[in-house]
This record gives sequence, C-alpha cells and structure tokens, in this order.
Amino acid sequence: MGQGNSKRAGYEGVVVAVPVSVPYERFSPESAHWWLAKALADLGKRSGLAVDDIDGLCVSSFTLFPDTAAGITQHFGLTPRWLDHVPTGGASGVVTLRRAARAVQSGDANIVACIAGDTNHVDSFRAMLTTFSRFSQDASYPYGSGGPNGSFSLITSHHMKTYGTQREDFGKICVAQRANALKYPDALMKSPLTLEQYMDARLIADPIVLFDCVMPCAGAEAYLVMREGDAKGQNLPFANILSTIERHNAFPDDPVQIRGGWALDKDEFWSMAGVKPEQVDMLQTYDDYPVISVMQMEDLGFCEKGAASEFIQANTLTYDGTFPHNTSGGQLSVGQAGAAGGFLGLVEAIRQLTGEAGDNAVKDARIAAVSGFGIINFDRGLCTGAVLLESGQQ
Amino acid sequence: MTELLQRPPKKDPQKRTVLPTSPPSARSRKAIAFSTAAAEGRLALQICAECDHVIYPARELCPKCWSMDLQWQDIPDGGELITETTLRTSANTYFRERMPWRIGTVRLDAGPMVLAHIHGDVGEYERVTMIARTDKSGQGVLMALPEKETANMADDKQLRALTCDPRHRRVLVTDGRTQLGQCTVNALANAGASKIFVGIARAWRPYDGSAELAAVSGVEIMPLDITDTISVNELAAEIGGKTDILINTAEHVRPGSAMQRHGILTARDEMETNYFGLMRLIQAFGPGMRGRGADGDNSACAWVNLLSVYALSNWSVFGTTTASQAAAYSLSQCLRGEFAGSGVKVVNVLFGPLEDSWRQPLPPPKVTPKRLADAIVHALRQGIENVTLGPVAEDIVRRFRDDPFVLERELMQAQQGQAV
Repeated sequence: MGQGNSKRAGYEGVVVAVPVSVPYERFSPESAHWWLAKALADLGKRSGLAVDDIDGLCVSSFTLFPDTAAGITQHFGLTPRWLDHVPTGGASGVVTLRRAARAVQSGDANIVACIAGDTNHVDSFRAMLTTFSRFSQDASYPYGSGGPNGSFSLITSHHMKTYGTQREDFGKICVAQRANALKYPDALMKSPLTLEQYMDARLIADPIVLFDCVMPCAGAEAYLVMREGDAKGQNLPFANILSTIERHNAFPDDPVQIRGGWALDKDEFWSMAGVKPEQVDMLQTYDDYPVISVMQMEDLGFCEKGAASEFIQANTLTYDGTFPHNTSGGQLSVGQAGAAGGFLGLVEAIRQLTGEAGDNAVKDARIAAVSGFGIINFDRGLCTGAVLLESGQQ
Repeated sequence: MTELLQRPPKKDPQKRTVLPTSPPSARSRKAIAFSTAAAEGRLALQICAECDHVIYPARELCPKCWSMDLQWQDIPDGGELITETTLRTSANTYFRERMPWRIGTVRLDAGPMVLAHIHGDVGEYERVTMIARTDKSGQGVLMALPEKETANMADDKQLRALTCDPRHRRVLVTDGRTQLGQCTVNALANAGASKIFVGIARAWRPYDGSAELAAVSGVEIMPLDITDTISVNELAAEIGGKTDILINTAEHVRPGSAMQRHGILTARDEMETNYFGLMRLIQAFGPGMRGRGADGDNSACAWVNLLSVYALSNWSVFGTTTASQAAAYSLSQCLRGEFAGSGVKVVNVLFGPLEDSWRQPLPPPKVTPKRLADAIVHALRQGIENVTLGPVAEDIVRRFRDDPFVLERELMQAQQGQAV
C-alpha cells in the first residue's frame, strides 16, 4: 500500500469561463431538457463558439430521467469525444470542474461544456423525495417524511449542542444572503429580511425555521472549461484553477454529521494553491441550510472547528462586507434548482472573478473559494468538494 | 407526560369519514426482512458473520470487512437519543395530517445509529428502549420508548399509530359459544374495549358460560352464524360501520385424514366455517373496516385470524381440518394484501393444539383458551401482526423457517409411524 496520498498535479493552463445562469422559476411546465438546452444555448451565444467547437460535455441533473448525458448529445446535436454525467447533487459544480479540467489538461477534450439544470413541476419535489435513494427509502423517509428539513434539523440541533452555535449565527447568514440577493436581479426572493423576522419565523422542524430552508425551483447553470490559450483566443475573460478537492462518505462513524470531507483534505487544498484562507476574497458555500455553510467555514479552515459562532459575529457576510459569502444570495435567496444548486456558487464565483458580476460585485476580487456538498443518502450529506479560483484578469 | 386518552365521542354523522392515508411503504428487498421481524414484534438487524459489525440500513455488503455473509438477528433493544427534532411540515400526506411529529437519531447499544420515531415521554438525550413494529403502511419502523414505563404510555399519538390497542375500541368476537370466545371477551373487557359484540349462532341452543358472558361489561350478544351468508351480511349491516377490531374465534375442528372420511360432508363443514366463513366475514366487514382505518381514536385497526400452526404444513391426524386452515391462512394473506395502506392490520395467530374437547386426546403441551385469548390482546396492544403461540407451534414454525419441504416430509414420517 502506498505511503499517504499521491501528490496531485496542478491545473496550469486550464481555465473556467463563461458563467451562465438561466433565471430560475418557482415552477416550470418545461422538462429538465429545456433548462439544460437554454443553458447550453446561452453558453454558445455568450462564448461565440459553434456547436462543433464543444467536444466535451459534463451534465448534472436529477430530473432528466429517462435520459442521461448520453441521450442529451443527440438531443442537442453534439458529437463530443468526452462525456460525463455527474450524480453528486450539491457537489456537482466542483466535481464537474474537476472532471472537465483533467479532460482538457490531458487532451481528451478541448472545450467542455459543464451544464446543470432541473425543472420543478408542481409536486415534482415530493416525488423526488419519495424515491431519492435506497437508504432514504428504507430508513429515513418513513420517519415523518420531512425530507432534507428533517435531516438537517437533526444536524443543526447537534451542531448547536456540540459547539454552542446560536440561531442568531444562522440568522446572520440568511439575512446577509438576502441582502446580497437584492442586488442580484435573478434571485427569486425579492423582499428584505431582518434578523428579527428570522428569529420570529415559523418553525419547520425544530430548530429550523422557514428562512433556513431553500425553496425548490426550476433553473440551470453552466460554464466552460478550456485551455487558457483558447479562452484568450476567443477573448473570453477567465479564472484559473488553483486547487481542488473532493471526498465522499467521509467520517462515516460520526454519530451525527458534524463535519464534512473538507476536513480531511483542507491542508492539501491550501498548500496546493499556495494561498491562505485570509487571502480569499469571497467564499461561496453550498447553503441548502445555514448549518452546512457553517460547517464549510470551519472545515475549510476559515475559522477553528466549533468557532464559527464568533467568526460569523465578527464579520459582515455581505458582498461588500469583511467576509463576502454567497454573494448572489445563495440558494437560500436565489432558489434551489436541483443539481443547478450545486453549480450556483461556482458560476457566481466565475462571474465575480471575470468581472461580469453586477451590483453585487465584490471589489477587487482576485481569489474565490467555492465549496460543494450533496446527496443526503440517509442521515448525512455524502459528497463534498471545494475549489480555489483566481481571476485571470490582469 | 402522555395525556390519558378519553373515550372518543359519538361520531358526527354529518361529517365525512377521514380517509386512510399511508406512510411511505416502498422498501428495498433487503429491508423487507426488517419489516418481517417487526411484524413479529422483533427488532432484528443484519450482523456481519465475519466481523460481527451490526449493519443499518440494510445492505448487501459489510461496509467494514466486505463480507457478504450478513445474517438477520435480534439485537439488544437499548439505545440513547443523540439528537432530535419535531417536524412541523411533511411531504407525505399521512404525516402532514398528524403534525407535529417527533423523530430523532438513536445510537443503539448494538452499534449503529438509526433514525426513529420518538415517544413523547422520552427526555432530551435520554436512554431509550427501542421497538420495531409495522406502521400503517404495513412496513417496519423503529420507535424509541422511555426506558421506564410512564403514565398512559400506550396513549402516545405516535405509539398508538403502531398499535391496535383495544382500549376505547369496539370489537366483534365472531363466536362466543366456546371457551376460547369467552376468554377472548374477558381479556378484551379487561383491556378496556368500549364495546364487545359477541356472535352467537342458533341462540336457542344453550351453551356453557352464557350467563357470565352476557354479564361482561360492554358485551352485546349478536346473532351470527358465519356459515350463513345472510346472517353475516345482516350483522355487518348493523355493526359493520363501528367494528374497529374483528376477532374470528369461530372454527370447525374434527380429527381425521382424507381416507378416514366417508365422502366430503365433514370436510365441507370444515371449509364452510374455516374458509368460507372467513370469506363471508371479509366480504361483509372488510370494505367497511378498510375505509375506516383513519377514523379517529377508535378507527378500525385490526383483523385477527386464529389458525392452527398446521396451516403451514399438513398434519394428517387432523388432515382435512388443517387443509381448510391452510386455505384460511392463504385467504388471510390475501386479506393482508387487500388491507395494505388502509391502516388495518391483519393479525395471524398460529397456535399449537388447544386445550379443548375436539383436541382432548392429544398429548401436552397444549395451549389453554385463556392463554390464546391473552396472546390476542397482547398482540393488539403491541401492534404485532404475526404471533406463534405454544411450544408445538414454535417448534413447527422454526422447522418451517429452516426448510418447509423438509418439514412436510417430517410430518409425513410421523404419520407413517402412527399407521404402524
């Protein structure tokens, strides 16, 4: 057996570009195909690339059934020489980036379109919950059928008990994200939120309240992975990839999820990039519930484990604050569009680093950390990942 | 503390009956073994035969050592509540109608962490006693109970959803003529049944214990002959809409094998009661009970069939009777399927030879009628669907589980021994 992990190769010369967000809708009569198609069409339009220029495709979607990425090639008229379908839900942004970057780096593909999208019909969220996974079918859904609200209330309550995290800390995250969302035109949540409103909100599953929960919706997100030279040749602003990590089913013996896979790999994450957490200009976390954002802040090393409460209270989390976090409003305020939710933070980070963000632009943003978390298979999220990006702007 | 459940008021005839909805019933094939144990009131999980790791949820492979030799075994029922929540919304209609609902994560003494329903009297982070039972969907679930009995513990809303407690419920006992029927009536009265309808066929014929039976609190003697379709239908027309529990105590038992019979008269009598009688009851009472599975605190909740354990494999000493019991058992399985999702449980009690006149020459060990009656009420209170009662029944079921075809030959051999 090998001595420790092999050292990861870097991603020199591979970049991400063309952040595309298809504005979300609460309910959509269209199928997932429409949302993915719209994302792909926007990628084409915004990049000026032709259909034949795209020779790699990476897809993430929960509601594409009965199709997969394979059927999509014919549907969309692509003839890629590299194809992947990523099932990691909220970690799919980071994971597609990792897959696609290696494909470009190794020459398996020149330009990979990474697209994620899901539709949301009336009642389709409930239908997805009932068949989400075998373990959830056997061992969690029969217990009150709370879905993720139930699972995360248990995790939240455990975190509060273990580390003394307060509802005010979660509230501060939600309130700041709403403030960010008011500057992001495509967010579904349009009204301001105060901490008082948060504290008085309707209970969903103790201690989780209405504003801790994301709203399922339809939407799509996309970006391109390509060689730096090709991006420059196409006059596309881009961001470089400094480091990435992913982990699945980390810490399986923790009785309740109190940390994620990031904690296993964070040292390598920072050393590979040669960057310290203090140098990061913004953090985009996967925020299906604020407790998970808290875990990402801790486990990626932005603060000590268990010290998130002080860290959050010591910072302002808005796009113009001391620690810009989920600068477009995150899923909590933009909406949770299935697998696109796993792309939301990444696409927002690319937008910020390529100078394409609007009123919510983080000033002088150079380095962004993006983190993903997905697949509540039974009692906890299995898939985690993170990426550090640096603006390619001179 | 759980509030004492009061006797439900009379039903408002102007209001629509609440239709039964079901908690999620989909399970993997592996997990059905958990439900099967839960139906017997057992808490069984997979244990790795190689490394002893206790596994949950059900898997194909031990995640610790990759052995595929995973055996379902009963595990210790202790545990500790680690984290909990009270759900106030649900994606499932059944739960949505019953909010709020308490669930939590329990660390079992046996090892694994499980999600479970939590009894209202369990304190924060306390030790708990776990039970596995079938829920209203018919599938097995886990529930954490207080370690020590609390006041009115059985009345907890979430626990009562798993049980068929006769308290405040109206029960039909189909034959009150026998000692078994009368013991069952007494046990039900002691368990707080609000009304006990007792079927008596041909009431002009006197029977032992009739005066005592009529004196039991809540008893109403009703004309019922389950070999007569009109009689069954007439009674269903009268009380079918308020029968919460049906216990079929009627049986027709005669010793003898097929060749010991002359013609089919006796066999037909056996079928008339044991099989067609059950069929008549199902047709007359089944639809009403199925529709009342969510009808308040005294909803329809259980149908109890009492079957000789030889329904599983024929014992030729009572060859044709057990053939009719096998038919009844099969029909009972059919009924369970038809009741699926209605919230009404089919309780099958497989018992060994009963201490009564038709089984008088059989050697011990035998089951007294009182013991059978107590077992019925215990199963109802506990929400247990499959009961095996008495040493003979336990022995036969064990051998049946090992290999039903070997058991069949063993029982044949016993017959040959007797013939010699």
